[in-house]
Amino acid sequence: MSAALGAPRIPRLPWREIVFWVVLATGFWLWPKHLALASQVLIAGLFTLSYDLILGYSGILSLGHAAYFGLGAYAAGLLAQRGWGEPLSGLLAAGACAGFAGFLTGFLVVRGQDLTRLMVTTAIGLLLFELANKLSSVTGGVDGLLGIEMKPLLGVFRFDIYGRTAYGYCLAVTFLLFLGVRRIVHSPFGWSLRGMRDNPGRMLALGYPVSRRLIAVYTLAAAIAGISGALLAQTTQFVSIDVFSFGRSADVMVMLIVGGAGVLYGGLVGAAVFTLAYHYLSALNPVYWQFWLGAFLIAIVLMGRGGVLGAWTRVVNTLREWRGEAAAQP
Amino acid sequence: MTLALRTSGLGKHFGGVRAVTGVSLALPRGARHAIIGPNGAGKTTLINLLTGMLPPSEGEVYLGEDRVTRLRADQRVKRGLARTFQINNLFPDFTVMQCMLLAVCEQRGAAIDPWRHVARRSAEMMAARDVLRLLRLDSAENTVVRELAYGDQRLVEIALALACKPRVLLLDEPAAGVPKGESQALFRAIADLPGDVTVLFVEHDMDIVFRFAHRITVLVSGAILTEGPPEQIARDPVVKQVYLGDRA
Amino acid sequence: MIASLLGVLFDGLAYGMLLFLVGVGLSVTLGLMNFVNLAHGAFGMLGGYLCVLAMARWNIPFLAALPLAFVVSALVGLLFERLLFRRLYRRSHLDQVLLTIGLTFMAIAAATFAFGPQQQAMQLPEYLSGQLNVVGVDLNIYRVFLLALGAVLVVALTLVVERTRFGAAVRAAVDNARVAEALGIRVGLVFQIALAAGCGLAGLGGALGVEVLGLDPLFPLKYMVYFLLVVAVGGTTTLKGPLYAALLLGVADVAGKYYIPQAGAFIIYAVMVILLIVRPQGLVSRS
Repeated sequence: MSAALGAPRIPRLPWREIVFWVVLATGFWLWPKHLALASQVLIAGLFTLSYDLILGYSGILSLGHAAYFGLGAYAAGLLAQRGWGEPLSGLLAAGACAGFAGFLTGFLVVRGQDLTRLMVTTAIGLLLFELANKLSSVTGGVDGLLGIEMKPLLGVFRFDIYGRTAYGYCLAVTFLLFLGVRRIVHSPFGWSLRGMRDNPGRMLALGYPVSRRLIAVYTLAAAIAGISGALLAQTTQFVSIDVFSFGRSADVMVMLIVGGAGVLYGGLVGAAVFTLAYHYLSALNPVYWQFWLGAFLIAIVLMGRGGVLGAWTRVVNTLREWRGEAAAQP
Repeated sequence: MTLALRTSGLGKHFGGVRAVTGVSLALPRGARHAIIGPNGAGKTTLINLLTGMLPPSEGEVYLGEDRVTRLRADQRVKRGLARTFQINNLFPDFTVMQCMLLAVCEQRGAAIDPWRHVARRSAEMMAARDVLRLLRLDSAENTVVRELAYGDQRLVEIALALACKPRVLLLDEPAAGVPKGESQALFRAIADLPGDVTVLFVEHDMDIVFRFAHRITVLVSGAILTEGPPEQIARDPVVKQVYLGDRA
Repeated sequence: MIASLLGVLFDGLAYGMLLFLVGVGLSVTLGLMNFVNLAHGAFGMLGGYLCVLAMARWNIPFLAALPLAFVVSALVGLLFERLLFRRLYRRSHLDQVLLTIGLTFMAIAAATFAFGPQQQAMQLPEYLSGQLNVVGVDLNIYRVFLLALGAVLVVALTLVVERTRFGAAVRAAVDNARVAEALGIRVGLVFQIALAAGCGLAGLGGALGVEVLGLDPLFPLKYMVYFLLVVAVGGTTTLKGPLYAALLLGVADVAGKYYIPQAGAFIIYAVMVILLIVRPQGLVSRS
């Protein structure tokens, strides 16, 4: 997770990134039969991006981020179920709801060290799961919310059974939020987050009100997680209490690590790899999936991380060394 | 004339252990004041009390007109108190400029900006370069901290503290760990510190103490043994005894 | 009224004692080597399944199966320490969390494969079943046994830590590992023994707890937050801290579920929040 760049310089046009998003945009033609799966990948990617903000950039160890994903999903789902089917306003409401929850719980999470944070975030996730379970008359329990009907997006695009509107919707939302996060990460605030991750004591000694800034980023990350949850509710028209499950919180950590933490695109790449692997492999046998996922995690840790993007960077660096150029930065 | 830094009866005890007792300091603006004392004298605890890392059991701390005893560490920095650490406490993966920008941006209120690219903050970069130039570190601007010589890292410590535009600068054993060959740069840096900044150093290295301090406080077992100008302290038999042991 | 209060208190203490037995090992690994072991519950699960297996398949009586659970869990813990854990002492907490979560997943999958996803039932011996009437209160004999055994173990642990040279070595290593090493204390060895003991206790606790805590493949995840709570609130520098935290947690949980069945499960979260606000550094901390 090296943050070492040369002197911060004005960035040139990022060709690789532009190509990445253009490829995604042509998904309508590249994978027309798999648009629903592709939407799932984007939703997972957005969720993981929000998690990268708190773990990758700020160093907050959380095993309960699904709490905010779930809150957003239910906020949007319940709104739609009760008759408010307009997608964009539902999305914003869900984000606000989850963000507010993040703000309220933030003060508990930012104090204390890693172990306390693990405990608090795990507890928050479990708490919401239990709560949703208890209130199954409202949430639908394990069977989930039914009767979610979405009005057409922007009044024009109906959510069709091929998932085209859903895909476009997810892509647009993910892209816009991604741009926002990208700006934040390169801003003075974003750099201060890295500072707080690497040496919070020194940041205090430089005058930073560390807790307050961490609460701010935690709130933002919770809001984005809520938006990704809302996308799930709105595009699949279904929400069940396992949006709050510990498994989801653990999965997002895996997705981020697989893709590479603290490197912005890591979340998207990791989510893609994980979601696709899960889709094609776990159907075979869920017990095997869990076993081999565990083994894979152990292997990743033992062989050094940086994730998929880290490995890619190493490959690129090796190639560049052969060509006598300077090393690329992650 | 208000004192830059003042403490009255500052003390800290942990259970039965009295780490610091009844310390009263009075530093005028621009002072060069050293605190010396044998190991275990309570110097580190005193620094933590002054900077706000530890709440005192008794006594008060004043920065200029402000009573800062109840303020957190970061709040004291905003009131003009900055410190360096005895063991380099930097950001090993950042370049020197990136470290400096962290300090400068917060000092100028730019650190809450979530939108502009940090490379466009030219005013902050210039302010950072000014401090680096003062410490003759400007050529190391793009070097990753981890790759700097230890002595240069010590200078970055001081640069970071200066970037906070302090009125009072606390140097915690600035010469600690610096090899003899690199100490010239350090001496120059301390000599070049702005005259209106009050400097309080905690030091073991008597070279630095006698070279730069105008007044010395001797701390033993958490309490002030004596205080005075360097020549007086050097001749004081009680001080000699404390350092060299009892030779009755 | 008083009778039910005493009954709840008693049940809660027994439950808390179990949480302490299983969770104390986590406190040890964190305090000694700064190693976050989220797979710790898996050792409890191992002890539990071993005990069930021993009694059902190999006809080993309960009181003999208990030390078996302890020893096997301790040995397995030692094996993992040598093969895996010791490579992570210098790595970040994130790495440790990832690896131990991976281990937990593997343990859960293995348990599901070997034993199926259902709850395990245990046939307690005759002399440990039934009720005992003490001053008008009906006390469950098994819980009396748990409390008694737990108390004995706590006393034994305290004696070891405070009166033996090994205990002194452990305390020195927790305080300052580098200096301890320089003084000739073989910190690595101390840690191996302490970790093995912690895993052994977890296995024992898991075996004892089949009746009270339940046993299914999800045990390590279900109770993870409880163990984390015990350690985060109780601290890692004393034995008393996690003990008080575990007992408090046990009583709060049982009382909550008994008096407010609707909201009972949430009591521990409320307790956790309050404790964190009031004492962010834990219940019993070293200044």
